[in-house]
Amino acid sequence: MTDARIITGNQAAALAARLCDVQVIAAYPITPQSQLAEMLSLYVESGQLRAEYVRVEGEHSAMTVCIGASTVGARVFTATSSNGLLYMHEQLHWAAGSRLPIVMCCVNRGVGAPWSIFNDQQDSLAQRDTGWIQMYCRDNQEILDTIIQAYRIAETVYAPVMVCYDGFVLSHTMMPVVSPTPAAVRKFLPPYKPHTILDSNNPMTINSVLLPNRRPDAEGVLCDGYMEMRYKLQNALNRSPETIREVNRQYAEAFGRDHGGMLWTHRTEDAEVILTSMGSLAAEATVAADALREEGIKAGVVGIRVFRPFPEKKEVVAAYRNAKAIILFEKSVSYGYEGGLCSDLKAAFYGSGINAAIHDHVAGLGGRDVKARELVEAVKSSLARIAEGERELNTTWLNCHTE
Amino acid sequence: MPQNLFKIHEKEYVLPGTRACQGCGLSIAYRFALKALREDTIVTLPACCLCVLHGLYPLTPVLVPSVNNTFASTAASASGIAAGLAALNRTDTTVVAFAGDGGTFDMGLQALSGAAERGTDFIYVAYDNEGYMNTGTQRSSATPMGALTTTTPVLTKQQHKKDFLKIMEAHQIAYIATTTPAYPIDLYDKFVRAKRIKGTRFIHIHTPCPPGWQYPTKDTVRIGRLAVDTGLCVLFEVENGKFRFTGRSRTLAEKGNKLPVVHYVERQGRFKKMSIEQLSQLQNWVDDRWEEYKKKAAESK
Ligand SMILES: Cc1ncc(C[n+]2csc(CCOP(=O)(O)OP(=O)(O)O)c2C)c(N)n1
Ligand code: SF4
Ligand SMILES: [Mg+2]
Repeated sequence: MTDARIITGNQAAALAARLCDVQVIAAYPITPQSQLAEMLSLYVESGQLRAEYVRVEGEHSAMTVCIGASTVGARVFTATSSNGLLYMHEQLHWAAGSRLPIVMCCVNRGVGAPWSIFNDQQDSLAQRDTGWIQMYCRDNQEILDTIIQAYRIAETVYAPVMVCYDGFVLSHTMMPVVSPTPAAVRKFLPPYKPHTILDSNNPMTINSVLLPNRRPDAEGVLCDGYMEMRYKLQNALNRSPETIREVNRQYAEAFGRDHGGMLWTHRTEDAEVILTSMGSLAAEATVAADALREEGIKAGVVGIRVFRPFPEKKEVVAAYRNAKAIILFEKSVSYGYEGGLCSDLKAAFYGSGINAAIHDHVAGLGGRDVKARELVEAVKSSLARIAEGERELNTTWLNCHTE
Repeated sequence: MPQNLFKIHEKEYVLPGTRACQGCGLSIAYRFALKALREDTIVTLPACCLCVLHGLYPLTPVLVPSVNNTFASTAASASGIAAGLAALNRTDTTVVAFAGDGGTFDMGLQALSGAAERGTDFIYVAYDNEGYMNTGTQRSSATPMGALTTTTPVLTKQQHKKDFLKIMEAHQIAYIATTTPAYPIDLYDKFVRAKRIKGTRFIHIHTPCPPGWQYPTKDTVRIGRLAVDTGLCVLFEVENGKFRFTGRSRTLAEKGNKLPVVHYVERQGRFKKMSIEQLSQLQNWVDDRWEEYKKKAAESK
């Protein structure tokens, strides 16, 4: 019998962590993540989950505890939002540099100043270059499924994975979620094997100071310098799409749900205009595309599921091949330029023959509501401008008083 | 307690070829600390001179499994290692955090306070060379009044050293000790004791540093002993809230023959611009603490 529940995104995430038999949890409360930290405490204190729960005094320590525990071979979990994620920044680099398969939820929230507790994706986008894999979820079912997949991915490529989902829009919204059985998850997710064992019989110093160039060890064998280690991390992330797609495929086979590997498409086969976004806004875009089709506009959606590593050029180009216009909706901005997703897409199109007009929108910052109807209007107004020959469109701030 | 140096565990865990300076007090302290801790120990350390002592990848002179961490995170790193080991039932391993005064008194304070408040099962060692030595002898909150550093290059440090041991006492942890590499048996003994106790243990090591303090490398032990003789470094232990002087400090407390601080100050270049006023303030600061400690020792009897 299927175990279907009506739960919030935070509850789905807590359930997933429990199903993955996490052994050490360290978390510090912040809206909208708090409920997740609380649920996990309840699981641990009531004996539903056998794990060490370290109630740290801040997020820098939360990530540090995960790093320490993962280093000695425990499967770890943490979650945060917004300023909590920013406070971890130093440790995010350290976790990735240490090649530790930490899985963390980022419950997306705008960052201060000024304070906002509401949703956008500026927090995780600002961590783009930390060496973490970043996956974005559309709904609560996808949160649960993605966390389980994230451990498989992380423990295969030895890189940390950030599972991002929108604060309040998903974290506090009830949706039906099907839970796999613990036995099925255990079968899908073998126990974590650390890449290095800290042992008195084989003493070593991990992450000691490195010189720019390679150096020989005691036997004269040349060992990595700093740059070689950086290259290996880059290489691991560059090669991870294969793993991400394969894990998604096996998950679909085992549990019957396919969330797309690196990206997913909605009615793109013959689409002339493609809407693109990440997370819950991408789900909203599918509603908008359907509505546009009813008005005779051939619209489709490409949802970016994995933002880092960025989907490979081949896959991106194939997804957008027939589009004449590409309209982006992003919940973040790279100040002084445009939305980060827009820049990356344009770079992927370079030299590919895709010459569609691209119109970027910054939308929904600090929780400003974005309805499917507003996406429809935005797309129509973009198309009208493009039809008039305007191809160099500046980023539009949707639903924002810009006078 | 070993009666003399020959009774100390003979295995070396710090081999020759460390990258520390000649005459480094930390090197002596680390050598004897690891002899006391022995196998089944994991050390976590931040950016500091100890990180330099551990050598450059892929070589290390240290025979204890160790992990580097970031400057502010040493105690949290130990918390994570301890939690991970507990989750894996590896409870026979001693987790030791080893950080400098900067990584303890300043940046690492939050993580240490958190770990101590949670009663994390680990030994935290603050080796105190009274400045940010690794980055070139800048002032820290552990630098004594009147010392020249590269960030107090003209006027000298204007404030007293932070009384960090009081902060640790306020956490009511299982064990607190102060020691110095100038008395290696005292140091060794305290690590042996700390290893046997459960819960959070804190050891402060007063660590002479020739380049930072500006004295000849041959004088490390002499300077360390003068610090004890003048009461700038007081050797004690606090276990279950009970305070007791140990070693040379106990003798000084019994005999009342503590030396004036000038004997310590005059041998170090870092104090060459110290004013007479600062010298007397430093003396008063030492005397006040000395009286406090004597009172605590009497109350703990
Ligand atoms: C976040 C951060 N800020 C600054 C530094 C630079 N830094 C490295 S070691 C150090 C000082 C270390 O002083 P202390 O802890 O007393 O150890 P010592 O070098 O004196 O042994 C500083 C400031 C750093 N590594 N990380
Ligand atoms: S600067 Fe001082 S503490 Fe650091 S290695 Fe040199 S002598 Fe030792
Ligand atoms: Mg120092």
